[in-house]
Amino acid sequence: MNKINILVLANHPEILGTILRLINKNELWNGIGAESPEEAVATFKLNQFDLVLLGVGVDDETEQNLLQTFKSLNSNVICIRHFGGGSGLLYSEIAHALAGKGL
Amino acid sequence: MQQTILHKAATRFSADHGWLKSAQTFSFHGHYDPERLQFGALRVLNDDTVNGGKGFGEHPHDNMEIISIPLEGTLEHQDSMGNTALIRPGEIQVMSAGTGIYHTEFNKDKDEPVTFLQIWLYPNELNVKPRYDQQNFSQKDKHNKLLQILSPNQDDEGVWIYQNAWFHIGEFDKDFKTEYQLKDHANGVYVFVMEGDVEVNGQLLNKRDGYGIWKSSIEIQAISDAKVLVMEVPEKW
Repeated sequence: MNKINILVLANHPEILGTILRLINKNELWNGIGAESPEEAVATFKLNQFDLVLLGVGVDDETEQNLLQTFKSLNSNVICIRHFGGGSGLLYSEIAHALAGKGL
Repeated sequence: MQQTILHKAATRFSADHGWLKSAQTFSFHGHYDPERLQFGALRVLNDDTVNGGKGFGEHPHDNMEIISIPLEGTLEHQDSMGNTALIRPGEIQVMSAGTGIYHTEFNKDKDEPVTFLQIWLYPNELNVKPRYDQQNFSQKDKHNKLLQILSPNQDDEGVWIYQNAWFHIGEFDKDFKTEYQLKDHANGVYVFVMEGDVEVNGQLLNKRDGYGIWKSSIEIQAISDAKVLVMEVPEKW
């Protein structure tokens, strides 16, 4: 069974590491991180992602620009905001997004 | 028609980790229920009890307004901004996690449990500089009145947060009745009963029940001696 590929963008390296560790603990998910919008776009172009989490450091304007870029490259990708920086909200954010409730 | 949502105490998701027992009103950690995600900006309402000497090791937060209200015992907080503090019943602590912060929360007492409410609100401003605040309201009059303990305004009573929200706390004698008027008529009110039994707009609530009402001021009547937390929060921000 193919894993759900999740791209996480956050400009705080330690928080990004925590989020990726939590995602990759789930054997059905595969998380890859990016610390900048530019890195996120470059990574997005190299891989097939099902879900993008926009975390800390992403402002509203950057979010809109990234949404446009990601959707133009893959119209099926789900993009959501991640809040909290840790395990509290992560699982339900991903579950809710995969249930079709993304941005 | 008035929009309301009732969360009976027994319907909260229960997590028992041995050292931590948590009753969670909304989806949290490994628990996901699409019908229990939030009440407007109110995203997390956890009723946590931590055994003596135990606690949450260092963990991160970002972009949430995190509020802690101890009900019994003493909580020790340490964070990456260098804050170290004890929080006791009668006090409220807030962290605006913003661009990222690490902290620990431990039961200061080695023998007795600590019980506290951990409440998270979505912020109305992202990526703010992290901040911490704590205030003591134990000496303030909350007997048969609603005392403001949180607002969006730095110059107002209580702590302040990055969100258009107000928290009030009250300790009521049996049969006491009061009204809560919305500060912002686009907001809703979520009442959490810490102790006792109350009626809110005629809805009976028991200990640890939660009740949310959109766009309406509310009448609270104590059916027994009671302690309530009234949280006014926005639906959209």
